Amino acid sequence: MNKKLMYGTHAIGEAAIQAGCTCYFGYPITPQNELPEYMSQRLAEVPGGVFIQAESELAAINMVLGASVAGARAMTSSSSPGISLKQEGISFLAGSELPAVIVNIMRGGPGLGNIAPAQSDYFQATRGGGHGDYRLVVFAPASVQEMADLTFHAFDVADEYRTPVMIMGDGMLGQMMEPVIIPKPRKGKKMPEKDYILTGARGRPARLVKSLILDTKDMEEHNWKLVRKFKRIEERETRWEGYMLDDADMVVIAYGTAARIAKGAINRLRREDANLRVGMIRPITVSPFPVKAIREAAQTIKDFFVFEMSTGQMVDDVRLALEGQGTIHFYGRPGGVVPSARELGRSIARRYYQAIRKRKQ
Amino acid sequence: MLIKTIFSGFGGQGVLSTGQILAQAAMLQGRFVTYLPSYGAEVRGGTANCTVTISDEEIASPIASEPEFVVALNQPSFSRFQNLLHSGGFLLYNSSLVEPSFVRGDIETRGVPITELARQIGNVKVANMIMLGAFIAVSSLLSFDRMLKHLPDILGAGKAKLLKANQEAFERGYHFIEEHEHGD
Repeated sequence: MNKKLMYGTHAIGEAAIQAGCTCYFGYPITPQNELPEYMSQRLAEVPGGVFIQAESELAAINMVLGASVAGARAMTSSSSPGISLKQEGISFLAGSELPAVIVNIMRGGPGLGNIAPAQSDYFQATRGGGHGDYRLVVFAPASVQEMADLTFHAFDVADEYRTPVMIMGDGMLGQMMEPVIIPKPRKGKKMPEKDYILTGARGRPARLVKSLILDTKDMEEHNWKLVRKFKRIEERETRWEGYMLDDADMVVIAYGTAARIAKGAINRLRREDANLRVGMIRPITVSPFPVKAIREAAQTIKDFFVFEMSTGQMVDDVRLALEGQGTIHFYGRPGGVVPSARELGRSIARRYYQAIRKRKQ
Repeated sequence: MLIKTIFSGFGGQGVLSTGQILAQAAMLQGRFVTYLPSYGAEVRGGTANCTVTISDEEIASPIASEPEFVVALNQPSFSRFQNLLHSGGFLLYNSSLVEPSFVRGDIETRGVPITELARQIGNVKVANMIMLGAFIAVSSLLSFDRMLKHLPDILGAGKAKLLKANQEAFERGYHFIEEHEHGD
């Protein structure tokens, strides 16, 4: 066990290297510049490693597409405004069924916004972002350890399902240091052979990788194929963490940085007041969304408290998951504000006792 | 137990590295720890600061809205960060540079002349380590002996040449507090 104190961005970088990522392409933007900085150094030490600071975000994401089509494990990263610029390329990756890992270290928006931590890109990440009928797989780490673990895992998911995968963090997770154990490659892990990549057609029939499908019937079938694939991902890859749910009569739903603050708030509340039975469901994949976990909780629990560092985006997914069951409470802090566990705790406690009084009436 | 500390000063005074050394020491002593550098446009040309949170359980937020300790290495951070302190909090400052002209009544303060002490050792570059030693003495957050033992690992091969000076400075700061139990 080799624990190291690392920045979130560096943990992502090292986990990517350990996962076999040999190609990184990016364009600088705060607050994620430490990731390309780290990759520029590490990829110089890796056999066959390629690091390119591209001329733009568009160039970077298309370089990722090029590296992926040639069979490499490729990655790019950016922060909110830069991720907007990459959307066309992400749509092309999805359409061409090419694996790639895209890291978004979110900051306050819209527009240029600011460089403080925020969760404002949930809709963009989970609703396609780019054009066309596709879904992205999106992991939402809540600690430096998870940034490493989920990045490492994301490369396998991307290859296994031939899909772009996003790691959605924020400026706080990227900039902070925490102890972390970097995952190491497991021997004997079997990945599907990449029988689609362009490596030169000598001795075999030519291959074609593209997202242009002019025949409408073929395009229709291609769309349904992507849907079936995402259903498979939903069944096998959906991840969430339950916390103190056994006796809970209110559940906080939060992801990433918001979830760790929520956990702190719940611990604080339960210590101060034994009558306050609050638990948490933390989506680790926000796409696919842990619908089943929330539906299951709704069989016994009636109050759901959604906390986001945005004006309320994931709250839509919670509403869809609940299908009218239960009451949804929402607390949002957009624009780069990170509330303390104490602040959040006050809001949770108020809604909790309001809900109890309402039930008694 | 959850204790948040803000280290602050001019860029170049070793504020960020001091915070990182404390965070690494906490990790090596088996504690939960987060380190968060200040990250804003305000940093350029102004004060540098970082927050270290040390706890016995998982840490919710690495941000300190109300820290238990502030370590201030210059006048601007002395004025600015004492306002954040929790009532009853502790303000440790560099009395070589800071004139404690205005101090809140509901906090404890302690000055350490780190520049002078560093000169006595013969290396002003290790003034920050004197402050870290003094901080361990006033806070008792971590074991001094274990931290001293871990210093070679924490500072790493790059600082091997300066290891001895750093160790000496760390001990000097710690003992300065012990020797001046009732303030100076």
